[in-house]
Amino acid sequence: MKSFRLGSWINERFPLLSTWKKHASEYYVPKNFNFFYFFGSLALVILLNQLITGLWLTMFYTPNANEAFNSIEYIMRDVNYGWLLRYMHSTGASAFFIVIYLHMFRGLLYGSYQKPRELVWLLGMFFFFLLIAESFFGYLLPWGQMSYWGAQVITSLFGAIPYIGDSLVFWIRGDFHVANATLQRFFAFHVIGIPLLMVVVVFLHIVALHKAGSNNPEGIDIKNHLDDKGNPVDGIPFHPYYTIKDLVGVIVFLIGFFAVVFFNPEMGGYFLESANFSPANPLTTPEHIAPVWYLTPFYTMLRAIPDKLSGVLVMGSSLFILLFMPWLDKSPVRSMRYKGRYSKYALMLFVISFLVLGYLGTINVTPFTQMLARVFTFIYFAYFLFMPLYSRYEPYKQVPARIK
Amino acid sequence: MGSKNNNIDPLPQNDGLDSVDEKRRRFLLTTSGILGGVGALCALTPFVSSLLPSASALASGAPIEVDLSKLMPGQQATVEWRGKPVWIIRRTQDMLKHLDDDRELLRDPDSLVTQQPSYAQNKFRSINPEYLVLVGICTHLGCSPKYKPTINELGPDWPGGFYCPCHGSTFDLAGRVFKDVPAPINLEVPPYRFLNDHTIVIGEEEKQ
Repeated sequence: MKSFRLGSWINERFPLLSTWKKHASEYYVPKNFNFFYFFGSLALVILLNQLITGLWLTMFYTPNANEAFNSIEYIMRDVNYGWLLRYMHSTGASAFFIVIYLHMFRGLLYGSYQKPRELVWLLGMFFFFLLIAESFFGYLLPWGQMSYWGAQVITSLFGAIPYIGDSLVFWIRGDFHVANATLQRFFAFHVIGIPLLMVVVVFLHIVALHKAGSNNPEGIDIKNHLDDKGNPVDGIPFHPYYTIKDLVGVIVFLIGFFAVVFFNPEMGGYFLESANFSPANPLTTPEHIAPVWYLTPFYTMLRAIPDKLSGVLVMGSSLFILLFMPWLDKSPVRSMRYKGRYSKYALMLFVISFLVLGYLGTINVTPFTQMLARVFTFIYFAYFLFMPLYSRYEPYKQVPARIK
Repeated sequence: MGSKNNNIDPLPQNDGLDSVDEKRRRFLLTTSGILGGVGALCALTPFVSSLLPSASALASGAPIEVDLSKLMPGQQATVEWRGKPVWIIRRTQDMLKHLDDDRELLRDPDSLVTQQPSYAQNKFRSINPEYLVLVGICTHLGCSPKYKPTINELGPDWPGGFYCPCHGSTFDLAGRVFKDVPAPINLEVPPYRFLNDHTIVIGEEEKQ
């Protein structure tokens, strides 16, 4: 009785119960979610992992060019469980991208960006850009060779802008080169600036999603068939049905995640690059320099163009073009299950080109790989640029009214 | 209701009190909006300006003296100036002779783009042809290229020069960029002067 009174005391002053009902226990979600629908909640779990392990790492890390590298070694060797916190954080970064890429692929596969979910897609894309910035800022902090030269290359990208480029790079670095000033500002952005924005954008992403309701593998709008109470007949409440289902996904994910953390945190140089185990040296570039795996597709496109400004523009557009998905897809149906065969081929080619570009970014340039990089850069862009044509004119299948 | 209103407004016949002067309101909104915007932009000053190099960072960009007496022909020395690698290469007579051979393979063989002080805008891109002084930062994306002086070291057509491991840009032994590589312009020649035959000062020019 007492607790009930406390509940009503709160609910008279704060919409606790009504919010819980609106967004969980009475939030209706299509009943036919499949494997690909795990990755939203998984991304949330990883964000939490990054925030917590990051907070703890901040307690032991020293954001100063003279001591940063050593403080990482201090975390790894002297701090109790410091190695675990760091490996959870570094593996979390790669896991974040795996999960976000699959989450985005789900969107492409089932047309989740289509009306009325354009803003869900845009906010998600904004989060993806923040994630890239966050990982880039974080990558400088260990102050290893790859950290240093990675930051040197990426900050140089801004130098390609005509007229103001050089002064802009000077301003971004805060010194004549990537230096202590750069490290300290990257640290500030990494631990507070970007994470704060990320949390806000995730919140907005979910608010926008709950306004439109979730899409599903069939692309059927469940709100078209309601029961007497006004609830979708093909929907089930998010809680307890999907909270429990997502929990299973989280447990399976954590098994894989900790298998990497405990047994293979460097992942053969893909999650932690070997060149980063020597301290930053502004006078020598490592023989083989490559970004971490999750940015290699974009890096390959940059490298494939034999002109500085165009290379930067192509790399920028490869990200920017994703924002236009909701307006490039002219198909009357959402899901790939009902789209025509050209859309299927196009998505398949796009995924292949993304993977090949990603692989090429990890190896050295030869005339042959350079040619491949250009071909697959073309395919990457063709997927988007020809979409208004093939999605509009291809024959498609009729979408049923109800989910079976 | 009527009597109450009369208490508040003793002059109900005066319509001017109830009507809104739209023009005046728009003027006030616009001007305060613009002024407020200007004020907000001015308030950004400390946030933008503090990111510029600090006084101490600028001070550490002072000129440095380098002794070249131990540098043998064909050798490269690397010194740090403003946190960047600066190379001094003592070119052999043979290297200097071959500088003209590959003119048509170079993007800017005459160094027309201002990547060097005027006193180094010549075929050798240096004051004393023997000593080449370059900022060892690739003009593509800021990696530090490798010194590959030997002919055919990087393949049958390699005339000797510099190779950037990051994105494959190549430069000849005067720091001039080859065609069909990502780097757009020649390597930068920093301001420098000779103090005597075997000492140079990097970051300082001969006083005119």
